[in-house]
Amino acid sequence: MSYAKTAENPIYRRRRRTNVLMLSLSSGTVVFGLFWLAWILIVLLMEGTDSLRPALFSESTPPPGAAGGLANAIVGSLLMVGFGTLIGTPVGIFAGTYLAEYGKTSVLARATRFINDVLLSAPSIVIGLFIYAVYVAKVKHFSGWAGSLALAIIVVPVVVRTTDDMLRLVPNSLREAAVALGCPQWKMITAICYRAARAGIGTGVLLAIARISGETAPLLFTALNNQFFSTDMNQPMANLPVVIFQFAMSPYDEWHRLAWGGAALITLSVLGLNILARTLLARKT
Amino acid sequence: MPLTPKTTTPKISVRNLNFYYGEFHALKNISLDVPEHRVTAFIGPSGCGKSTLLRTFNRMYDLYPKQRAEGSIEMDGENLLTTKQDISLLRSKIGMVFQKPTPFPMSIYDNIAFGVRLFEKLNRAEMEERVEWALHKAALWDEVKDKLDQSGLSLSGGQQQRLCIARGVAVKPEVLLLDEPTSALDPISTAKIEELVAELKSDYTIVIVTHNMQQAARVSDYTAFMYLGELMEFGDTDTIFTNPAQKHTEDYITGRYG
Repeated sequence: MSYAKTAENPIYRRRRRTNVLMLSLSSGTVVFGLFWLAWILIVLLMEGTDSLRPALFSESTPPPGAAGGLANAIVGSLLMVGFGTLIGTPVGIFAGTYLAEYGKTSVLARATRFINDVLLSAPSIVIGLFIYAVYVAKVKHFSGWAGSLALAIIVVPVVVRTTDDMLRLVPNSLREAAVALGCPQWKMITAICYRAARAGIGTGVLLAIARISGETAPLLFTALNNQFFSTDMNQPMANLPVVIFQFAMSPYDEWHRLAWGGAALITLSVLGLNILARTLLARKT
Repeated sequence: MPLTPKTTTPKISVRNLNFYYGEFHALKNISLDVPEHRVTAFIGPSGCGKSTLLRTFNRMYDLYPKQRAEGSIEMDGENLLTTKQDISLLRSKIGMVFQKPTPFPMSIYDNIAFGVRLFEKLNRAEMEERVEWALHKAALWDEVKDKLDQSGLSLSGGQQQRLCIARGVAVKPEVLLLDEPTSALDPISTAKIEELVAELKSDYTIVIVTHNMQQAARVSDYTAFMYLGELMEFGDTDTIFTNPAQKHTEDYITGRYG
């Protein structure tokens, strides 16, 4: 049956109604998501900004009732996130390179991708317990290294996944052009493919750093905490997430303020890293 | 029985070449001789195997595990298809330019120096000289001489394609394979690249795959007509275009199909 092509056409009207409905639904969910995010940020900033004073960065965590800062936790977090990234990134990039450039769709590569995806979504507390069982329980003390190792294990699957994805986005024509000049495969990968995919791979590393900066569970079982300033990676080490956890659970008001300050600090850093990652990727594409 | 132009020495001799994409039999018992210092064109409708044949000459199919070739392709008396053949060395002697421009994500200068550095150790002055020489050869020097440090991706499509030709020429290969090099270009860039082909043939053996019959007639000395994976006819371009031996060839070049 055919209808006139006017605004009264029933097929056209139904399509318009569906369009309005879908548009309202999707806009509604966007507003819903943004609402909670904005609320979290506003509360964090309102509660945390008065703690974001120089003392937060220069003084270590205080005993109950005294004034202090989070210097030990900030430095501890930076050290463990730094070493976690340094250990996890090369492993992730090499494995991702194997998957995209050598393994491709072989059985080993497909199995690796599957296991990597499992690891990507593994609860981080399991990773903390794993390092506790294989490392902390053996050396019989908590340490910064144990924390770094746990964080590295979280970094690996993120970097593997982005490296694999980004390298597979490099067009085969570029690979053909390189080998057509007499370029061996390793040189093609390092000089051409990495260069073409570097913004994407860099973004993956930044996102991995953002991910581990806020991880609490894997550090509870590995680095634990330290009331004092320490850069000894073989000793228990203070870190922002665990300090926030302990201080927020405490009955002391000064500790509550510091926990808010730490939470604001982590959130703003992660926000900054994400913005940096986005700009890197946007500039490339 | 190979088809050989009688007046020249062959640079590449293909004998009983069969090629498979997995199960698909893409080239059927191809035998032909590519003459040295001449331009040879492969023409034929889409899917006839002309690009496939071109890509066996530098064993590009090695990148893809499911593709394989049987038979022999001899260059200077050596069979390229044996496992003894060093593939990187082979490809340094046989340059290739692709259908779409493929500049590397680096500066114009480095795009050209990249291939040279793979096999030669030149000092700065020598390398600059080589880059300039290659860009002159590809008729691109005047347009890029003031921006050699800019990204190769910043050039227009036609300039990118000439950059890729310069990159291929810079490593001083013996053979240059052109896989529909002008199909993505405007007529002015096309004309420049055709002039270039005519100029380069005194130094190189050139094989060009093209969908454009006029282009084959303009630039090539010899033409091979392929159809459904078979080599139907091969001879000097004038004969193929004016007096083809086969009905198939005549139908194709007069535009009756394809």
